Amino acid sequence: MALLDLDPKVVATARELAARAAEPVVALAKAHTTVAVERATLRLAGITGADSTHRAGDVPWVNRVVDTVREHCGLEHGVVLPVFHALREHGLAGLTDLAEATAAGQVRYRLPTGRDRDRAAKAATAAVTRGLKTVDRNRAQRDKLVARLGDPPRRPWIYLIVATGDIDEDVVQAKNAARAGADVIAVIRSTGQSLLDYVPEGATHHGFAGTYATQENFRIMRAALDDVSAEVGRYVRLTNYASGLCMPEIAVLAGLQRLDMMLNDSMYGILFRDINPVRTFVDQRFSRQVHARAGIIINTGEDNYLTTDDAVDAAHTVTVSQLLNEHFAHEAGLPDALLGLGHAFEIDPKVPESFRLELAHALLARELFPDAPLKWMPPTKHMTGDVFKGYLLDGFFTLAGVLTGQSILLVGMMTEAVVTPFLSDRDLALANVRYVLDAAGGLAEDFRPAPDGLIVKRAHQVLGEAVDLLARIVDDGLLDAIADGTFGLMKRPADGGRGADGVVAKADDYLNPASELLEAR
Amino acid sequence: MKRHVRPYGDTTGDGMVQMSFTLPVPAGPKADGAARQLANRMGVDPAMVVHSNPIGDDFTFFVVYGSVQHIVDLDEVRVVEREYPLLPPAEVNTTLKKLLRRKLVVVGACIGSDAHTVGIDAILNIKGFAGEKGLEYYRELKVVNLGAQVSVPELVRRARAEKADAVLVSQVVTQRDAHILNIREMSAAFREAMGERRPLLIAGGPRFDPLMAGELGVDRVFGRGTTPGEVAGYLVHAIRTRKTTPPAKIPPAKTAPAKTAPVKSAPVKSAPTKENM
Repeated sequence: MALLDLDPKVVATARELAARAAEPVVALAKAHTTVAVERATLRLAGITGADSTHRAGDVPWVNRVVDTVREHCGLEHGVVLPVFHALREHGLAGLTDLAEATAAGQVRYRLPTGRDRDRAAKAATAAVTRGLKTVDRNRAQRDKLVARLGDPPRRPWIYLIVATGDIDEDVVQAKNAARAGADVIAVIRSTGQSLLDYVPEGATHHGFAGTYATQENFRIMRAALDDVSAEVGRYVRLTNYASGLCMPEIAVLAGLQRLDMMLNDSMYGILFRDINPVRTFVDQRFSRQVHARAGIIINTGEDNYLTTDDAVDAAHTVTVSQLLNEHFAHEAGLPDALLGLGHAFEIDPKVPESFRLELAHALLARELFPDAPLKWMPPTKHMTGDVFKGYLLDGFFTLAGVLTGQSILLVGMMTEAVVTPFLSDRDLALANVRYVLDAAGGLAEDFRPAPDGLIVKRAHQVLGEAVDLLARIVDDGLLDAIADGTFGLMKRPADGGRGADGVVAKADDYLNPASELLEAR
Repeated sequence: MKRHVRPYGDTTGDGMVQMSFTLPVPAGPKADGAARQLANRMGVDPAMVVHSNPIGDDFTFFVVYGSVQHIVDLDEVRVVEREYPLLPPAEVNTTLKKLLRRKLVVVGACIGSDAHTVGIDAILNIKGFAGEKGLEYYRELKVVNLGAQVSVPELVRRARAEKADAVLVSQVVTQRDAHILNIREMSAAFREAMGERRPLLIAGGPRFDPLMAGELGVDRVFGRGTTPGEVAGYLVHAIRTRKTTPPAKIPPAKTAPAKTAPVKSAPVKSAPTKENM
């Protein structure tokens, strides 16, 4: 259904430029590891739980072990060799015992050589393989449940956020939302979790404007949604956020607990959380490899650029970021079907013809990425507290999504930026969406923008600007472009930002069975 | 303007209002009756339940219209006045540029043992808070966020090195009045080190009362629910005041009741539904 008549040569140029812009960054990502990647590897190998006796509160065992290994012999060879060597050397039963002994100061880590090294590598590979088998089993289980219960009856899938701070309340809200028609439930994380350099433990009940992402919270919510899926007769998907300083670990936990979608953007953490660029690209690559293995649909965060920059002037930066996200995702092994590239309805409603411009941008994304499950996000920037106007705007947002064939629709709330949505706000929002889908669900069939009309011209213009910007990024280098404030107006130098001290250049003999097993696919 | 007023529907004095709410009652005649009773108790009489709709098995949503019996006495209206206007980011930028002809430097930190950067990050990070972008978003602000557990001497040193115009300090932990003691230590250190040339000192945290500025030795205190836009508006106001008065004489902020017509106060904002990666 090519409605925009995009020049295939221009599209090919755009992809080629994106690949060239990404190339040095991919090389950088392959040449480094991070504390978070090493911790994620140990989680795959089976370490769970936390040291509850530490004076700073619960410190996850993976943090204790990785920090100690780093202190004793560095991380440039990978954490698994010293860990599995120590396990055998001390004759301990399992990794948790090793972690406890580490906390007690009884373990001196060192890099094994010769036959010791081979033994440690073999044991580590076996342990990580067991973790990946759990991930594989979860993927198969999802396929089975989808086959038995079915996918949502129509596109776009209806994506709804819950965020109470208390996982038990979240469960109540999520089940109600599913019964009222939500196909995907996202549990927003507590404010600031992205900046924690550890993953909290256990079921949590006191988040700030969101609920902490923990392995136990993941398990509780997935189990609740399995119940409600059986009840409503369709598989209700669960989303969380693989972003911030613990991106790789959260990705592993998502795979271990059968989450279905994860927010995972190649640049969001750099731009909006001031996380070190190298750290982000290394973590991002590993986390995407894990998502690929788990069959998890990633959602990228291009909507955010439009909340900081102007949604018309910066429309092409969304396209550029989508192309970069696509390349990074393909490189990490994610197929198109798992690529929930993001974009948003954020043009100022006072701009003349704003709805037609929205259609142009949305259609451009649709036609550039025909096989990707695009994620369409609602207005936030121009939601004012006038809930009546907001309700109308959300209706237009849904209509634009239907008309341009978007795949995942994040339901807009008329109380955006006013209060945490009431039960009734969510119900009204879903009624809004249902009305548009019922009234105009098939309208795309009749929608043919005039070949030389505003929509087609605007789409061509945005693609042209995107190609120009990509060419500049190739010349300057992606890291320099980020440092210069190309995206979302944020300037982030490559050596700045949080978590830079957690980046380690790999030695020639670096070993990480998780990376090897994930690369091999 | 008359002193006594009632809501206006389509006729002066009809008192008509509309409202919507949810009750934890299954839909049905009893639920509608419960909604009417609530409306009556809110002073709406007669109350018309014009719409009721079940939300799941246990809740009902209502839209109610009716005439409210209460009368507003405008002479009794007291509003808290912010002594400075809230400006859109573009206007903050142009005003600062005109005033300073350089970027205004803001240094932010959590001091002492406090590791809760939620507050300072909500104000400084571009991601912002309650739908408003943080101070990093403003082109004419240079933001240096030192993060958590910064010692007072380190803060003074960095503020001096960065030539800070303003220092923002966030305190969440209140155990044994740590937040008050830490801020006092901080303001004393700046006075001692820099005297009248010290930067603007701003303290923020959920347990602070905006009236505490004088007692804490800072220029301004922001309490719970403060948004980045309010801080930006204050910075413009304070810099403008500094330009016209010597540094030491900036009066601490006052929030005085004023007898003016009802001014719309800033809406109470809370968690946005925007995705928080």
